[in-house]
Amino acid sequence: MTRTITIDGVTRIEGHAKITIHLDESGKVCDAQFHVTQFRGFEKFVEGRPLTEMPGIMARICGICPVSHLMAAAKACDDILAVDIPPTADKLRRIMNLAQMVQSHALSFFHLSSPDLLFGMDGDPLRRNIFGLIREHPDFARDGILLRKFGQDVIALLGGKKIHPAWVVPGGVNAPLTEDKRDAILKEIPAAMARVNRALDYFHQVENRYPAEVDAFANFPTHFAGLVNPEGLLEHYDGAMKFVDHQGFPIAELGRNDQRHYGALIGEAVEKYSYLKFPYFKPQGYPAGIYRVGPLARLIVAERCGTVNADKELGVFRTRLGRAPQSSFHYHWARLIEILYGIEMIQRLLQFPDILNTHIRSRARPNRLEGVGISEAPRGTLIHHYKIDENGLIRWANLIIATGHNNLAMNLGVRQVAERFVDAEHLSEGMLNRVEAVIRCFDPCLSCSTHALGQMPLRIELCRADGEVCDVLQRD
Amino acid sequence: MSAVTSTTQSITLTIDDKAISCRSGETILQVARENNIDIPTLCYLEGLTVWGGCRLCMVEIAASPKLHAACATECTEGMTVRTTSPRLKQYRKMIVEMLFAERNHVCSVCVSNGHCELQNMATKLEIDHVRFPYRFPHLAVDNSHDYMRLDHNRCILCLRCVRVCGEIEGAHTKDVKGRGVLSAIIHDLDEPWGDSQTCTGCGKCVNVCPTGALTHRGTAVGEMTKKTEFLPYLTLMREVKL
Repeated sequence: MTRTITIDGVTRIEGHAKITIHLDESGKVCDAQFHVTQFRGFEKFVEGRPLTEMPGIMARICGICPVSHLMAAAKACDDILAVDIPPTADKLRRIMNLAQMVQSHALSFFHLSSPDLLFGMDGDPLRRNIFGLIREHPDFARDGILLRKFGQDVIALLGGKKIHPAWVVPGGVNAPLTEDKRDAILKEIPAAMARVNRALDYFHQVENRYPAEVDAFANFPTHFAGLVNPEGLLEHYDGAMKFVDHQGFPIAELGRNDQRHYGALIGEAVEKYSYLKFPYFKPQGYPAGIYRVGPLARLIVAERCGTVNADKELGVFRTRLGRAPQSSFHYHWARLIEILYGIEMIQRLLQFPDILNTHIRSRARPNRLEGVGISEAPRGTLIHHYKIDENGLIRWANLIIATGHNNLAMNLGVRQVAERFVDAEHLSEGMLNRVEAVIRCFDPCLSCSTHALGQMPLRIELCRADGEVCDVLQRD
Repeated sequence: MSAVTSTTQSITLTIDDKAISCRSGETILQVARENNIDIPTLCYLEGLTVWGGCRLCMVEIAASPKLHAACATECTEGMTVRTTSPRLKQYRKMIVEMLFAERNHVCSVCVSNGHCELQNMATKLEIDHVRFPYRFPHLAVDNSHDYMRLDHNRCILCLRCVRVCGEIEGAHTKDVKGRGVLSAIIHDLDEPWGDSQTCTGCGKCVNVCPTGALTHRGTAVGEMTKKTEFLPYLTLMREVKL
């Protein structure tokens, strides 16, 4: 069948998605596709710009996770400058990256996903949103909003503003941490810890209500990938990229010093129905080399977290679900564990005696013509790869964003949910919501803006075997 | 004993309803600023010759139907000047909007973000959008110099750099090629800056540039600040020597 991809005028990647569901002659679902219909073009329009502008430009890719792009871009620039950044700058960057993860995970869990969990997948859409949450679960909603505020405040205290801080620069950061700011962050740690613990309690009260969703929300064997530190522990800023199979056994590792060779492990395929590329584990080819990234993948890839409370919760997680749970529904729990870890780790980093040092930037000129930066965004592993000319101007850029790694899994997940919940020629609101909810598990970067109101712009087409569209549900 | 005569005459005029006296030969802009009356400028810089290119300092003079550039118009006896009016404000906004539309001024990712005269001017003139279609020209960045950079995307052709290079440093490395919208700053005979045989690397051009067009290499977003205090000092020293 032939179809036309709709290109929307809205240019933000977090906003518009389309899903098509294809039926066979008997009315059963035979295929489903998740379309990302925006084209951003960052790889192209950075060509010709100076290297030192890259973190600032790349941060503009996203308003929710700008820090992630700052980190990956700055690390790619560090690689080109061939410098080790000062230890204090390394810690400060880590703190900002963790703060970003805390605020983004809080947004994903509380604002976007928790309405489904607290009101039910078939709950009234008029209640099933952040405002319903504020009205009926005010303490829970307040915790979510204040947890997000905690992360945003840390970013602002370090970088001068909450969104798009220009503080992370090639070679380090451009302003040291002051004692009063450090103390201001430390003062907020206990309250933030209490909030995430309350959220975990809430989650444990409601998670058992969704056995069908656990069973059908992108629940299939895939590989998992994420960064680990030299001890094999959870890592978000700088480490080896490790691939494990569906049972959690290591199958490949991209060492910290081999990151320029990521192309040996990761291939990128394209499909005509989506602007989002389809990365795959190269040794197994496309599409067999499907893998997942993000909070769940990181917890499967890592031996353990490395902080007391997060490890305790991870122990409960593994006792209940096993070493490598396959259902993407468990991303929610993994996300909460990572918030816990993020807050504990921020506290630990702030207590290092050298955290207030003023040597925070290494100066160098480009010493290589190519560099790669890999870090963990809230949604998963983020790769920035640049090539420059001899004058330090960007000649070529390749970005593999976290949402991309999960593209194959999201498509399969949408199909799995459709197969499970669609068996008639009419779509129900509950079905629409479940399709959205499986996408929300992955917290893709294309869903931030309108999703906050529980109304992610989404178009679902139900097609007969001959390609005729027999039903359409659309949210604008 | 002969009487001492002076060629400097005293002139009285009115600027924005304020009676002012000044010496002959002074421009409206100089006199206005001496009397704390603000007239916006972008190409004018104290210490450099007057260029009159940006047209932001246009003022109304009574009994004259046209507008006059305050930086290039000398005061005359009995002159009545108005520095602000709805018409002037409209023209000034239009000029700055056209500067934004002409090239690629992306403040958010510019190294001069927060320290830019063009950006400040837009704020001052309350410009919240540009009414003209952006041209989005494909312009290069000259990053060939060891420690300075020319980004044509951010250039407004105020020619401060050309003037400071020729008049203060005496090198005359910089000049302009082309006409109209295709005009561009060049080095020597349109060579990469790094290949210039005449550039002394003094950096004065970087410091007088009002935007992020001329910057130090290695600066990241928002990090470029300019030092302009040197110019009146250098000019004064030169006058004392002469």
